Amino acid sequence: MNYNFLTIRCMVFLQLCFSVICLSLTDAFAYQNTLEKVKSTGVLTWGFDAEGGAPYVFHDPKHPPKLIGFEVEITEAIARELGVKVQHFQNAWDSILLSLQRGDFDIALNGIEITPDREQSVLFTRPYYVYAEQIVVRDSDNRINSLEDLRGKKVGTLYNTAAKRMLEEMGEVTVNIYSGQIEPFKDLSLNRIDAVFVDLPIASYYTTPNPQLRLVGKPVGEGYYGIAVRKEDTALAEELNKIIEKLLRTGELQKIYSRWGLWNTAQEKLFLHEELLQKHTENHPSVSEKVSPSVTKFLPTLLKGALVTVGISILSMMLAVGLGLILAIMRLYGNTWLQRISTAYIEIYRGTPLLIQLYILYYGLPNIGITLSAFAAAILGLGMNYAAYESEIYRAGIQSIPKGQTEAALSLGMSKRLALKRIILPQAFRITIPPMTNDFIALFKDSSLVSVIAMVELTKSYSILASASMNFFKLGIITALLYFGMSYPLSLYARKLEKKLRLHDRNL
Amino acid sequence: MIEICNLSKQYDNQPLFKGLHLTITKGSVVTLIGPSGSGKSTLLRCMNGLESFQEGHISVNGQMLYGIHEQNYNKAQVHLTLKNIRRKVGMVFQQFNLFPHMTVLHNITEAPTHVLDISQAEAESNAISLLQKVHLEEKAHSYPGQLSGGQQQRVAIARALAMKPEAMLFDEPTSSLDPEMIEEVLAVIKDLVSEGMTTVIATHEMGFARDVSTKVVFLEKGEIVEEGEPRELFSNPRNARMKAFLSRFIN
Repeated sequence: MNYNFLTIRCMVFLQLCFSVICLSLTDAFAYQNTLEKVKSTGVLTWGFDAEGGAPYVFHDPKHPPKLIGFEVEITEAIARELGVKVQHFQNAWDSILLSLQRGDFDIALNGIEITPDREQSVLFTRPYYVYAEQIVVRDSDNRINSLEDLRGKKVGTLYNTAAKRMLEEMGEVTVNIYSGQIEPFKDLSLNRIDAVFVDLPIASYYTTPNPQLRLVGKPVGEGYYGIAVRKEDTALAEELNKIIEKLLRTGELQKIYSRWGLWNTAQEKLFLHEELLQKHTENHPSVSEKVSPSVTKFLPTLLKGALVTVGISILSMMLAVGLGLILAIMRLYGNTWLQRISTAYIEIYRGTPLLIQLYILYYGLPNIGITLSAFAAAILGLGMNYAAYESEIYRAGIQSIPKGQTEAALSLGMSKRLALKRIILPQAFRITIPPMTNDFIALFKDSSLVSVIAMVELTKSYSILASASMNFFKLGIITALLYFGMSYPLSLYARKLEKKLRLHDRNL
Repeated sequence: MIEICNLSKQYDNQPLFKGLHLTITKGSVVTLIGPSGSGKSTLLRCMNGLESFQEGHISVNGQMLYGIHEQNYNKAQVHLTLKNIRRKVGMVFQQFNLFPHMTVLHNITEAPTHVLDISQAEAESNAISLLQKVHLEEKAHSYPGQLSGGQQQRVAIARALAMKPEAMLFDEPTSSLDPEMIEEVLAVIKDLVSEGMTTVIATHEMGFARDVSTKVVFLEKGEIVEEGEPRELFSNPRNARMKAFLSRFIN
């Protein structure tokens, strides 16, 4: 009876699952193409990254839930022309084209520069904006007046942009790559870098309200933002081209750009898009032409990133071990105040995200006059965070050593300090090897978080290379292998060390 | 050598010692006997400061340890007093407490080299002769985990002797040993006693207590019920509780 009931329920459930799958499949195949789907559902799904920031797409500071920006207005204008509604799809900018290909949304419109590499994987509409790269410096700094002056300087830029490629092609420039737009300008104000070189809209938006910064030289390296659609969506692209042309002719596009202070004479070129695209393609050498897809070409960059990862991991683990030991001893043997300080430290560092700790160290501390380099902030951030975990491991290890060991040491005339150093800690060390190894491997992988403070380590190198070449799979496997190739020998060594130390006290 | 004067101690607000007096003269061998929980171990541990006490004082080799409620108690001073006492008074524990991460030889040289600043070479040659004394020279490079209980306890005795103490405290040295190993440890202690070492032993080995002690102290519930010459005390106990205690061993 019971059994039958269950079977029936299972069958009903399976049938339900099956029909859901069928429904979603029909959904995908029901329309000839995306344009038809958009028109019949009345919804245009737009992919963008609001974290990319102003003036493209960002949350209105006055009404945070609302998205504003010139691209919001363009997209709405396009949707209106199509007679549909806009549905927002927030997606990390790095992977926006990948998500487009996957079918997460219909169009990607978010300051995406038309480049030959990208044209290999997606289809671009005619340009909707002519951008150029702009140098920003501190108002007090007169050393830099043109692109040439950037040689030998530290320059901040955004990753996977035309500006970054231009800087790298120049050579002799120390390039600091950021994923957020605000951070390079912050670092510029804090003297961490000498200049920022980014797309003009970003440069003017962040420089205008900040009297400490100014634009220098003429905008260089003109390029075009286009709307990306899937390669097969030629009908949608044609429709969008018509709409862009209409918005240009009616002057609506100019109105939007003027509202955001983005209109300039360069935009006139938008009217002559055929010749433009031709010329533009010649101007920008393809990344995939220069860097052959052969994996060996990517390896040096990945290995350089791996070296940074190893360096950061080792140094921060050393800090974590040292500080953790001090915290554990404070908590176990200190007076009430030392105990309280140690406990508070551990609780605060364990109870808050590492990412936020890194942001505070790097971008928050300058507010009180402490400006750390990215490298120092990375090591301090990781080390201080892991110290909290290490200290609890040591505390447990120390407490697991029988009291008789300390008593025997004291009865032999040793001081408490000597007993701890010579008798207790060496024994506690063996017990803590497995959890310490665990933490070291975790730290090793967590070190990828420091990319938020402009450190280019292995994961960051990967995402830069992968998004430039669209080779996420192959490079991902190689990067994962690199991580594993570094962490696995560590586990083996720890196991060996533990075994060696265990021989000594077989009976315990 | 060791003088305990008016010692009072509470454990979790339960009084254990209430004004206890005991004198241990130089060269004497004092055994503390009595049922479990009578305070034998605690009394020993008070003598080298592993336990603190509330009232009274203990003088060890001229060094004064005061109860924490005494006027003369000085927290800053205690540290130094304990250091001086522990360098001159060795202790052997029921659980041996050898350092498991060090070889036998290293166990013995550790304190002399780090506390007395004796050179490694000298400490090692001392250690070897001490190991010969406890008949374990062949185990010098073994780890404690590789030794039997009796062997471990003999190493522990050698370790304490390496500090060249003037007195030795034994806290039930044979209580956690298998019967066949008790004799080898007692033999080593007997040797030590015959050399004139001032010795205090808490033990349940009545035969041993009778044979080697110059004085036997019978403790019960933290009180010295009877003390005196071993032969007289064992053959003719005056106190009824002592009689009852001994009768259990004879049976």
